[in-house]
Amino acid sequence: MKKISIDKMNELFAAIAASKALYMPVCDGKKGAKYAKWSEGTEYSQAANTSRSAKDFFFPQVEDMASFNVNGKEIEVIDTREECEDFVVFGVRACDAKSFDILDSVYLVDPVDSYYANRREHGIIMTMACNKPTDTCFCSTFGIDAANPMGDVSCWTNDNELFLSANTEKGQALLDSISILEDADDNAADDIKASIKTILDKLPLAGLSADGMKEKTLMEVFNSDKWAELSESCLGCGTCTFVCPTCQCYDIRDYDTGHGVMRYRCWDSCMYSDFTLCAHGNTRTTQLQRFRQRFMHKLVYYPENNGGVFGCVGCGRCLRSCPISMNIVKVMKTLEG
Amino acid sequence: MQEVMVKRASELMADGTVVRVLGWKNGEFAYDPTPAVFESAEALNTFVYNDFCSSNLSKYLIALSKKDGKTLVFLKPCDSYSFNQLLTEHRIDREKVYIIGIECSGKVDEAKLREAGCEGILGIKSEGDNFVVETLYGDKTFAKADCLSERCTTCKSRKVVAYDEMIGENGEVNSECGRFDQVAELEAMTPDERYEFWRGELSRCIRCNACRNICPACSCEKCVFDNPNSGIAQKAAADSFEENMFHIIRAFHVAGRCTDCGECSRVCPQHIPLHLLNRKFIKDMNECYGEYQAGEEAGSRAPLVSFTQEDCEPSIVYEREASK
Repeated sequence: MKKISIDKMNELFAAIAASKALYMPVCDGKKGAKYAKWSEGTEYSQAANTSRSAKDFFFPQVEDMASFNVNGKEIEVIDTREECEDFVVFGVRACDAKSFDILDSVYLVDPVDSYYANRREHGIIMTMACNKPTDTCFCSTFGIDAANPMGDVSCWTNDNELFLSANTEKGQALLDSISILEDADDNAADDIKASIKTILDKLPLAGLSADGMKEKTLMEVFNSDKWAELSESCLGCGTCTFVCPTCQCYDIRDYDTGHGVMRYRCWDSCMYSDFTLCAHGNTRTTQLQRFRQRFMHKLVYYPENNGGVFGCVGCGRCLRSCPISMNIVKVMKTLEG
Repeated sequence: MQEVMVKRASELMADGTVVRVLGWKNGEFAYDPTPAVFESAEALNTFVYNDFCSSNLSKYLIALSKKDGKTLVFLKPCDSYSFNQLLTEHRIDREKVYIIGIECSGKVDEAKLREAGCEGILGIKSEGDNFVVETLYGDKTFAKADCLSERCTTCKSRKVVAYDEMIGENGEVNSECGRFDQVAELEAMTPDERYEFWRGELSRCIRCNACRNICPACSCEKCVFDNPNSGIAQKAAADSFEENMFHIIRAFHVAGRCTDCGECSRVCPQHIPLHLLNRKFIKDMNECYGEYQAGEEAGSRAPLVSFTQEDCEPSIVYEREASK
């Protein structure tokens, strides 16, 4: 384990940014925090979490896939992919770090999504333990420990020092490259972990378990009569899916540039009326069906296909941002109740 | 208040006046009630009405008034303006709705509590004009007035304008609410400054459509932005032009119909002050065509759809610019 004095955080950031682009949560001048690129003067935010998730680094909302230049009867296909440069994301919370595993299980299995893989290979994740978890947090429901976040490098902080520990070769190489770090005992962050643990146990959603979902069969959950009341006031907007760190669906669209086509992809939402629209029409014609799809995916389909791992990391963003305050916690409690 | 509402709702269901009740259901925390339909007296056990029941229920009546039987709805003053506007647009069947008007002294914005450093909220107690917020990191006391939603600090009217009966005293229209002050500040900016302001705000948009879907004035069966055949369907704003256009087109589309309920800004997960776009239109219409409040009366003709000889000429735009 390594350490550095809190007073020297800026020197640490400068040392990282000297060779790689460095991103971290900053106060966004409004309510909440957002990720921004570090430059001299940037102030790191200790906010419970960012309003948008960290998935944007690997799976941006919009990205170009290929372009086509049309000249008479000739069509030229241009590959818009470029090898991306190394970058570091500092201050990722345990929940978001876990969300990358879920995205990996979709995008890095055969056929590998080269756009995603490119960013993932070049990204180095430095996580930060949550000293002040909040009421909407329920990562422990999914076996995530906010006191021991994963990623390439795990960090802990108190009022005086920042502790850093590498979990991967990439992380070790990064720490080795920073000369201003001092050595620390491997148990140096134990007090911080213990104090976080005490708070985690007191969170209002501390006892929430998703195991009840596994006791029911897929069809039992699918045919539950509870979906009607759960979905009745859903507006069909995409807020929950867009702030979600594990929602991974996208749409591919063509933009007519006048002399060709720019093919791009953008986030899609299962809450939308044209989601998975096929030539014959749409398989889900009501908001109940669309609403059910989102939660079946996270709580039933994904675990069935991925060794029991749930497709939610308990970051709580949907609890905060749903316009009508309907969310996965209410869904789990109602379905199990 | 809540007890009186539940009691009256039970009575109206028992005597057959209504077959269902549209209100709010208690949530997981002190601050997250959800709009809900109650179909029986027993179901009303979970009915809640408190300082966090912000949702405007009017839009749900489009679907509910198509069902058999009457629906009882509780409308706050600003929701009642939306209701009237929907009646004007023939979107709701008035005969299928029984309205109980409820007084409102403003709703609390949970995000303001967060902004003031409240995290780990365990409970919120109302004590007179204050809230005591119990958190994992200690208790905090706030004056309610400091936690109100922005829209409630510039409330245009505490008068319920459509109801069958009232619970509590009906309030008054407040013409001195100052709701256009911020618009005037934007108008006073140079075009570059104003562009800068709106780019700063709209660049935050994630195109989740929450503003559109919550908006009582946005009641098209199929939005042009969702229609793959429209040629302008957008799932994400691909560039800054599209970011701007979505919001500008939407503001134009609801101009003259927007009652200024403020739901768009309340639900924006990125906290974009979208209501300012609508207020600019309202302010301009007031100045160019005379005072008009959408939803004040059911059936009223909006300035943009009722021609009069006295209407200003389009050149007003140049005159206004020159007078600055």
